[in-house]
Amino acid sequence: MLRDITLGQYYQTDSYVHRLDPRVKIVATLVYIVSLFVVDNFIGYLIAALILAVAIMRSNVPVKFIFKGMKAIYFLLAITMVFNLFLTPGEPLITFWKLKITKEGLKIAIMMGVRLVFLITGSSIMTLTTTPNQLTDGLESLMNPLKALHVPVHEISMMMSIALRFIPILMEETDKIMKAQMARGADFESGSLIQRAKSLIPLLVPLFISAFRRAGDLAMAMEARCYRGGEGRTKMKPLKYKQQDIITYVVILLYLCLMIAVGIIF
Amino acid sequence: MSSETMLRTENLTFEYIRRDEEGNVEGITTAVNGVNLEVKKGEFISILGHNGSGKSTLAKHFNALLFPTEGAVWVDGMNTSDAKNIWDVRQEAGMVFQNPDNQIIGQVVEEDVGFGPENMGVPTKEIWERVEESLKTVGMYEYRKSSPNHLSGGQKQRVSIAGVIAMHPKCIVFDEPTAMLDPNGRKEVIRAARALNDVEGITIILITHYMEEVIYSDKVFVMDKGQVTMQGTPREIFSQVDKLKELRLGVPQVTLLAHELQKRGLNIPDGILDRKELVSALKGLRY
Repeated sequence: MLRDITLGQYYQTDSYVHRLDPRVKIVATLVYIVSLFVVDNFIGYLIAALILAVAIMRSNVPVKFIFKGMKAIYFLLAITMVFNLFLTPGEPLITFWKLKITKEGLKIAIMMGVRLVFLITGSSIMTLTTTPNQLTDGLESLMNPLKALHVPVHEISMMMSIALRFIPILMEETDKIMKAQMARGADFESGSLIQRAKSLIPLLVPLFISAFRRAGDLAMAMEARCYRGGEGRTKMKPLKYKQQDIITYVVILLYLCLMIAVGIIF
Repeated sequence: MSSETMLRTENLTFEYIRRDEEGNVEGITTAVNGVNLEVKKGEFISILGHNGSGKSTLAKHFNALLFPTEGAVWVDGMNTSDAKNIWDVRQEAGMVFQNPDNQIIGQVVEEDVGFGPENMGVPTKEIWERVEESLKTVGMYEYRKSSPNHLSGGQKQRVSIAGVIAMHPKCIVFDEPTAMLDPNGRKEVIRAARALNDVEGITIILITHYMEEVIYSDKVFVMDKGQVTMQGTPREIFSQVDKLKELRLGVPQVTLLAHELQKRGLNIPDGILDRKELVSALKGLRY
């Protein structure tokens, strides 16, 4: 059903990683992504693989589920690897017709492939274990220092969470309008691409009108409930660091130091 | 003004300025025209009227969402036009709107109920207490972790009501809360509103065009063309079936039946409100 769609791909279960503060997970993911780019040797990747394996184990998300979500990047992965394989100049390993595979090319292709897989797996662990709501809360709290630069942090996060709330409602509405148009003979399925795009116009117009009306209603309902921006607002679910969050921060910091050291030494 | 008065309007007039596409003034529509009314604390008030009678516009004045063009509105002694009162007015007079989807902000029921108290700056611990208490009041506590998208219309409206109760208002304005619901959902919402009035002593102002919903109220105001044309107890209002028809308002079936029987010469009193009354009136005829 349309109303069951959740944004992202949250995997509902309970685990050490699920219980972590969203801020820790966001920071950890960023650190992990950065760390993948500071090393380019075997030992570095081995450490990255180890910490990824630990994270997957502690997240209770089935490995199969994680890789199912990666289908979308197989194509990207293949292209990246093929280009690096053939287009890197250097000492030729195999040559046929006009193409040649170089030793350097092989090394870079494998490295890029591994990097990409680690990167996607690492960030999908974050989205798999954090609800969109927690993510918005975490982002708001992490971006808080930007308030000094007049970035409307609270407004951005409020907008994100309202958008998340209304996605299923607007999806359902699209479905309803589509059915109503189809009942009156509209055709969304046949014809050329341009024709099909054109037939979406009678769908988009009522959808936009209704979205604006909803926005107006919601703004009024929010005002009626004393909403006046982020000033003086308290939180029902404030983010608080627990012991496990601090431990994870320390682990992540040690990991980053180790990776930098490995990158310099080897 | 006595301390017993929850809400009072004095010669309240509100005008919309209609503009064409270039923004030039095309004309002025008077949505509310010189309304005087007074609501006492703890009363259950209904405002009736067909579409475009100005009842919703009037309701939005009680919550300081709209401000009078002329005249004034006092909520618990506070003039709503005074900018320093606006947040106190909105806290004291909560509002439940028509479309249940467009007034729920949270992605989880409990978060939505907590939205009002969060805005008021209530400490975290107290927010949780208020959320629990108000969800229990409307009987939605077991759904506190659900997504609003999975609830029925009546349940969503009850969540909206809980969201208002959590702000500890003295008065709740229901702006056609049942217009988009099925009969079961309508019953749920009206039952919740009556319970709030009976048990918690909260003043209720119910805006509706369903006549069946107003029979429990202490006082009914009927609006037409921006003016209050009739007021009185439900019995007084429903005794005037012909006048209500003139205002394009249907009366409850029982009342209509009693009225028609009376016209045919049966000795039945005016303003029958429910089946029981009609039955006992008819029984009385035999002797």
